[in-house]
Amino acid sequence: MSETVVKLDGISKEYHMGEMIVHALKGIDLEVKRGEFLAIMGSSGSGKSSMLNVLGCLDRPSKGHYYLGDVDVANMNDEDLSTIRSQRIGFIFQSFNLIEQLTVQENIEVPLFYQNTPPKVAAERAIELATMVGLETRLDHRPSELSGGQMQRVAIARALANNPYILLADEPTGNLDSKTETEILDMFDDLNRQGMTIIVVTHDDPVAERAQRVITLKDGLVDHERFNS
Amino acid sequence: MNPILMARTVKIGAKNLLMHKARSSLTMLGIIFGVTSVIAMLAIGEGLSKHQQDSILKMGSTNIILDSKEVVDESKVDTSNSRTNKYGLTRLDLRRIAGSVQGGEYIVPIRQINQSLQFATRRQPVILTGTIKEYSEVQNIKILKGRFLTEADALHGTSICIISNTLSKRLFAYHEPLGNYVRAGEMLFEVVGIYESSEKAVGAESVETEKVFVPLQNLKQRQGDLVISRSSGSFKRTEIQLDRIIVKNLKPEYVEGNSRIIQSILQFGHPVMDYEITVPLELLKQAEETKRVFTLVLGSIAAISLLVGGIGIMNIMLATVTERTREIGIRRALGAKKIDVILQFLVETVILSLGGGVIGVLGGVIVPELISAFTNLETIITPWSLFLAFGVSAFIGVVFGIYPAMRAASLDPIEALRHE
Ligand SMILES: Nc1ncnc2c1ncn2[C@@H]1O[C@H](COP(=O)(O)OP(=O)(O)O)[C@@H](O)[C@H]1O
Ligand SMILES: [Mg+2]
Repeated sequence: MSETVVKLDGISKEYHMGEMIVHALKGIDLEVKRGEFLAIMGSSGSGKSSMLNVLGCLDRPSKGHYYLGDVDVANMNDEDLSTIRSQRIGFIFQSFNLIEQLTVQENIEVPLFYQNTPPKVAAERAIELATMVGLETRLDHRPSELSGGQMQRVAIARALANNPYILLADEPTGNLDSKTETEILDMFDDLNRQGMTIIVVTHDDPVAERAQRVITLKDGLVDHERFNS
Repeated sequence: MNPILMARTVKIGAKNLLMHKARSSLTMLGIIFGVTSVIAMLAIGEGLSKHQQDSILKMGSTNIILDSKEVVDESKVDTSNSRTNKYGLTRLDLRRIAGSVQGGEYIVPIRQINQSLQFATRRQPVILTGTIKEYSEVQNIKILKGRFLTEADALHGTSICIISNTLSKRLFAYHEPLGNYVRAGEMLFEVVGIYESSEKAVGAESVETEKVFVPLQNLKQRQGDLVISRSSGSFKRTEIQLDRIIVKNLKPEYVEGNSRIIQSILQFGHPVMDYEITVPLELLKQAEETKRVFTLVLGSIAAISLLVGGIGIMNIMLATVTERTREIGIRRALGAKKIDVILQFLVETVILSLGGGVIGVLGGVIVPELISAFTNLETIITPWSLFLAFGVSAFIGVVFGIYPAMRAASLDPIEALRHE
């Protein structure tokens, strides 16, 4: 059995809205092994985004422990969480979230500069990743000059720039047509085959089908779990 | 923040600003005008005060100058021509002052009569100035040829005179002035010396009536104290013993005490104020005080204009932060710390204000030059005003950049990512 990359231990998340308390996550236990491809599903309001924010160290859980690799990140301060994000997390968003005024290469370099990478090394790494996602000819293009699929490939390259522990994707194909969706999902498969741990939130069955394991959330709890053969 | 990221941040910041050229330059305008006006105003102020100080220093900072002053007494207006108007400083005043002041280096009496000086057929209006040898020490007379007044002249009242080089040119043209005689009214004087004129445009039409120095003793013997002049058809009889007394003190410290002594001496002998005391040192102090106030007022105006410039920058940066909320969220998700975000926005503000500062300093160097070129105002740009203006603009960049930058950094990454 390979090592555990992510271990959630009784994670709960409450949002305070005036007098009201919304329990978005109600004590989630989850283990993800290195090299696993996990899909998180569930209806709207079931807690998927809350869970992804905790997994991505963008948010702190109200209760519980979250071991990312060997450290418990559940109670870290803002600065340490930033460092963890910079070193261990790769994000892919539904709306790509590239920085408009930067070129393809510069977008891929962004995470590298937040971890001290010398410009030359960063440039080499960015070109290598752009080549890997098939955009080596678009290095100097702006996001606005790219198609949706190309933008998402830049986002994937950017997410991989820091050699993350886990790749987190939030509806990565939600804004793409089905042909492009297949392209992107093939890329996920490739990455997974090369050993990348992937956690993807999705509504979409074709996406979930690529995963080895699918968990379904309901009212802030894991409702059920299935393994794809 | 590490140097690599800092360099990157500066590069990205500059790039961002260049992407919005119109907005960036309009934002800088406030700082540019602020800085330029600070430097220009200070340069004008400095020029004015130097001009003022120069003219005061020309009077001599250790001097006390006493002048006779005609008193127009309304109640005694006399239409008859026979009446003699008698006023001013007297030889008795001179003796009393000479006996009372302490640390007075020189005490120089002066009698001045408007006359015209004639050589052959040429004639020039002059001020016949009767005085003593020490005058040259007190007023820095530079002798170009021959000599100035001497002790012997005072003793014997010799009929000699010293004229300026410009007057010499007008009067003598190619003749040798030394040894020649000039006529002033009924009196003849031998020219024994040429002094350097204080007039700048040598050879041009005379602007000031030039002084011709003669021994005071001689003038008194030959002219007496009475002067009859003709004004608008009637004769005017004036009796004055001395027009001016200059007391030169050994050190500036003596000036105040001696001016008080002189004041009390003169008060005693003159029931009406037919004299005037000028103390250049006091004027200098007043001028310095005026300059301080002037600089303070200018400084406040400048500070306000820079403040307005700074607020302009802050306003734009706040708008920028809102506009780029999503970018902030993305950067935070990709590992940017709060301090990284703060520095990113601060860098842009500082680039704007420093850029404005640099252009403003250029303007501040050029504008006073233009003012000097097109008006006869002298302007002096002091180096410290350049550094001050530049430093203040940098300071403003930081101060007014901090708030928008902090606002950007305090955004919740999740909220920021969701921002449309
Ligand atoms: N920032 C928030 N403030 C208050 N309530 C929130 C916030 N985010 C999510 N919630 C609530 O928490 C619950 C789970 O939401 P979310 O995690 O977004 O679920 P999903 O992504 O599956 O739709 C919902 O009831 C939602 O209204
Ligand atoms: Mg959601």
